[in-house]
Amino acid sequence: MSSTEPFIHLDGLEKTFTVRRRAGLIRREKREVRAVDGISFGVERGEMVGYIGPNGAGKSTTIKMLTGILTPSGGRLRVAGIDPSRERTRLARRIGVVFGQRTTLWWDLPLKDSYRLMHRMYRIPDARYRENLDRYVNLLDLGDLLDVPVRQLSLGQRMRGDIAAALLHDPEVLYLDEPTIGLDVVSKAKVREFLKDLNGERGTTVLLTTHDLTDIEQLCSRVMVIDHGRLMYDGELAGLHGVGESERLLVVDLERELPPIEVPGARFVRAEGPRQWLAFPAADSAAPLVAAVAAAHPLVDLSVREPDIEAVIAKMYGGTREERRESLR
Amino acid sequence: MLRLYATVAAGGFRRYATYRVATAAGVFTNSVFGLVLSSTYIALWDERPHLGGYSVDDALAYVWIGQALLTVCGLMGGGFEEELIERIRTGDIAVDLYRPADLQAWWFSANAGRAAFQLLGRGVAPMLIGALVFGFTLPSGPGGWAAFLLAVALGSVVGFALWYLVAMSAFWLLDGQGVMQVAWLAGLFFSGMLLPLNVFPGTLGEVARMLPWASLLQVPADVYLGRYEGRELAGAYAFQACWALVLLAAGRAAQALATRKVVVQGG
Repeated sequence: MSSTEPFIHLDGLEKTFTVRRRAGLIRREKREVRAVDGISFGVERGEMVGYIGPNGAGKSTTIKMLTGILTPSGGRLRVAGIDPSRERTRLARRIGVVFGQRTTLWWDLPLKDSYRLMHRMYRIPDARYRENLDRYVNLLDLGDLLDVPVRQLSLGQRMRGDIAAALLHDPEVLYLDEPTIGLDVVSKAKVREFLKDLNGERGTTVLLTTHDLTDIEQLCSRVMVIDHGRLMYDGELAGLHGVGESERLLVVDLERELPPIEVPGARFVRAEGPRQWLAFPAADSAAPLVAAVAAAHPLVDLSVREPDIEAVIAKMYGGTREERRESLR
Repeated sequence: MLRLYATVAAGGFRRYATYRVATAAGVFTNSVFGLVLSSTYIALWDERPHLGGYSVDDALAYVWIGQALLTVCGLMGGGFEEELIERIRTGDIAVDLYRPADLQAWWFSANAGRAAFQLLGRGVAPMLIGALVFGFTLPSGPGGWAAFLLAVALGSVVGFALWYLVAMSAFWLLDGQGVMQVAWLAGLFFSGMLLPLNVFPGTLGEVARMLPWASLLQVPADVYLGRYEGRELAGAYAFQACWALVLLAAGRAAQALATRKVVVQGG
């Protein structure tokens, strides 16, 4: 491992599945599906990165390769200098994984039994184990739940329980596959707050996949968008707006019904009685626009609506889908 | 590593211990079946005394040993394989695979804990009930009991190995139900659950007594009844141990193939 190599390093990573389909009575048709189609990126120690994309984009396949339970078909992959699929067990001691839709906890037994199991499985020194357990029980509010069988926990409680289980052995990197799926607003907020602190205080590298863009907005300075097994975007969240040519909305409440407002730098969208909607590029400042509108019109109230990132990403996906269709013709 | 698997086994024990109603229901079912089979056997041995070399008291002991070992040795299902198959089918097996632990050793330990609980929870009570109602043959002293328990332990390992192999098939078959049913029927018939294997006639009997299922009930029952002594007893244990090793090795090979398939093809 060279000292300059990123902590997590993917270079032209590929994963091809062979799918057999029935074509006629006996004949089987073999078809290759490229789940991950040449992805390259690096994640430095202590980064917190969002990995997003629609269903079937290749997110989980990537995570599975990163944990070593799936062997890449091509390209190069290193996590902490280790080739995951070759040295899965050695790597397992240094990583933590939380699958939002699966649990590592013992279903029928009290939560604390699963932690005892982690203690043995990862051979955590006793003092370290107790210290970490206390810490996570405290931070994740698990005190009253330790004696409760896992099957009786709510989804949010179980998720917090799973996150603690993944962290007891002090992993250097934590993979979270949809950690907030199905959680209510309060539980989501708790999980996010915890992850933010974990990353900030312990410097744990975090890679998270999600469908909830609020996760990304609140946690990740960097986001990677993947679709059809390809990396479509890698950069700051704010930069996504530029890529998707998104717009912000200025909602103006006037004293009375007036003809459409015309100001430079904005586009009239629609009106409903005295309320009007104006769109302007997301990258532009709202201040001069507000000043221009206020100078010429009798204002009662106004608000700025941030662009819906989901819409931005949908736009991006839509674009790629059409390109694909074009190329198939 | 041993401490990990000991913890897994302890967890397996306590998991089953939490289901008290299920255990009570199991004891009840085993007792009812024991009573039904006992009356059938009494009628049969009345017609054909010393069938298979058993006295009526031996035959009745055999019935209740069968009820006691039903879940312990997994005569008709080991109790863990359905869960394992479900985990393979849903993909939850991914969670098991990324752990720094061996899949087979993990399930072996969990199953050992389960079997230990079921020996106490579902084995002892039906035996007592049967003994009180019918007064069947008992082993000769503590040595006889100890010899029996060792045979039960080996039988339970063979049972695990058989059902682990069945569960591994789920990696290839989308629906494990067919294999499960074949395995269930084979277990019912070849373990001697319905009729002792010594009663099976001719070649069928000879073959049945050589199959792995004979380790689950027939061998422990014969050890209990004191039909083996000295070298013969060692031979009976060796028979069980051989099947245990062969089947565990086959399970390991299947596991290696399966994980390679999953790892390469994504399941």
